[in-house]
Amino acid sequence: MSLLSSARAPVQSPRSDELTIVPARHPWRWVAAAAVLVLVAQFVHGLATNPGWDWSTFAGYFFEESVMRALLITLELTLAGAVLGFAGGILLAPMRLSKNPVLTSVSWTFIWVFRSVPLIVQLLFWANLGYLYDKLQLGIPFGPGFVQFETSSLVSAFGAALLGLALHEAAYAAEIVRAGILSVDQRQMEAAAALGIPRLRQFRRIVLPQAMRAILPNAANELVNLLKSTSVVYVLAIGELFYQVQVIYGRNGRVVPLLLVATVWYVILTAVLSILQHYTERHFGKGYRR
Amino acid sequence: MIEIRGVHKSFGSLEVLRDISLSLPAGSVTVILGPSGSGKSTLLRCVNHLEKVNRGTVRVDGELIGYRQDGDKLHELPERLVLKQRANIGFVFQTFNLFPHMTARQNVDEARGPRDSRELLERVGLADKADSYPRQLSGGQQQRVAIARALALDPKLVLFDEPTSALDPELVGEVLDVMRDLAEAGTTMVVVTHEIGFAREVADTVVFLDGGRIVEQGPPTEVLDNPRHERTRAFLSKVLV
Repeated sequence: MSLLSSARAPVQSPRSDELTIVPARHPWRWVAAAAVLVLVAQFVHGLATNPGWDWSTFAGYFFEESVMRALLITLELTLAGAVLGFAGGILLAPMRLSKNPVLTSVSWTFIWVFRSVPLIVQLLFWANLGYLYDKLQLGIPFGPGFVQFETSSLVSAFGAALLGLALHEAAYAAEIVRAGILSVDQRQMEAAAALGIPRLRQFRRIVLPQAMRAILPNAANELVNLLKSTSVVYVLAIGELFYQVQVIYGRNGRVVPLLLVATVWYVILTAVLSILQHYTERHFGKGYRR
Repeated sequence: MIEIRGVHKSFGSLEVLRDISLSLPAGSVTVILGPSGSGKSTLLRCVNHLEKVNRGTVRVDGELIGYRQDGDKLHELPERLVLKQRANIGFVFQTFNLFPHMTARQNVDEARGPRDSRELLERVGLADKADSYPRQLSGGQQQRVAIARALALDPKLVLFDEPTSALDPELVGEVLDVMRDLAEAGTTMVVVTHEIGFAREVADTVVFLDGGRIVEQGPPTEVLDNPRHERTRAFLSKVLV
């Protein structure tokens, strides 16, 4: 081998450390990029020139007062649904993981039921609760009651929507939180127990902050999902974003630009949530970056 | 003073500890040797009730650990009280188990003991690493932080479960140095380790465990240099290559 190479080497070969390194070329990358750019340009051109998008109607309704009010209701439903849902999840997840078989089965059953029932079906059930129970009362179980309410006065359409979203959300949040808790190394709990750290402080200071790293990406996903799921409550005639644009295009027939109004708002809100997600993940990622 | 009497422990049908009795005076250093599966770690974990014994008792300074005696019955203590007892017993793990989302100082402070974290980190030679996260520290440094954390509660007794087994060879020395300092300062220690050199130099008593039984125990000059049992001799000949 050494004989062969020395025979091939040119007489005045430059020294090894004088050779210039030329990186490999990737011509197909340029071809692929050009092809995709042409498609993008076509799409953008279509958005600008197709009169069907009707951008002037879009602009006229984007900040319109009824749309703004509807946007606020969408935000309220999302926020309340998320807070109630995750509060439920934080309660259900440790129940499911507990050693008490009653708590475990109740939590399991709750998650099973509320993940099984389609949100839209559940919302209609809650709205029709008065048909099932026309009065609700607080009192001793199976004994006398103290206060009594008319179901229809207690559960308004908005209340039914909130109840449905919260219960639906709690079932999913419970699994997200449980996954987070399971992702924490068992030895962390052992180290905390060896230091004699009380149970609740172990959960709050040791387990939860570490679980958050696994919880956050899924929770953000779920929050975006919830934001869009609020559009389903239009079946209860609640004036959220999707319901409101339907009302408007029912009047003026401009379906596409008004659907676009709702779409762009959903996109903007999702972008805001994504930015929040980035900073929250960074906060809980401390200690994991070099 | 640690008093272990007639401790039995099994996992299912597997008997891990059989009738273990040991008496360790305050300020003494005890090294537990034995092949893997001999029950060394389980014995250590029974001392601070991380594992529940099936029979027998563990007392630290006369206090029964994990149970309350009532006539001929031992009632297991509620977790709250067990956690309180553990404040008297430091535990150093093979895998350090520092809290990764907290800095070295925060790790030590999390124990909420009476001792100052700055002073403890200085004692293990890591005053300058107080604000580093575990990820940023070498294995040896992490283990020294873990030792500082175990000392934060000012325990009567510190248990070490193979503290150098997960370390690169060149980092073992720095951890053993810290442990040697602790021993000289009169800390009561029980150490499960394969570091025979450390045992010979620092231990007051060496206990050799095999198959969940104590095969022999005594000062290092006896157990390490003139073992009476064939099993001990065989083990040492493999460890002391």
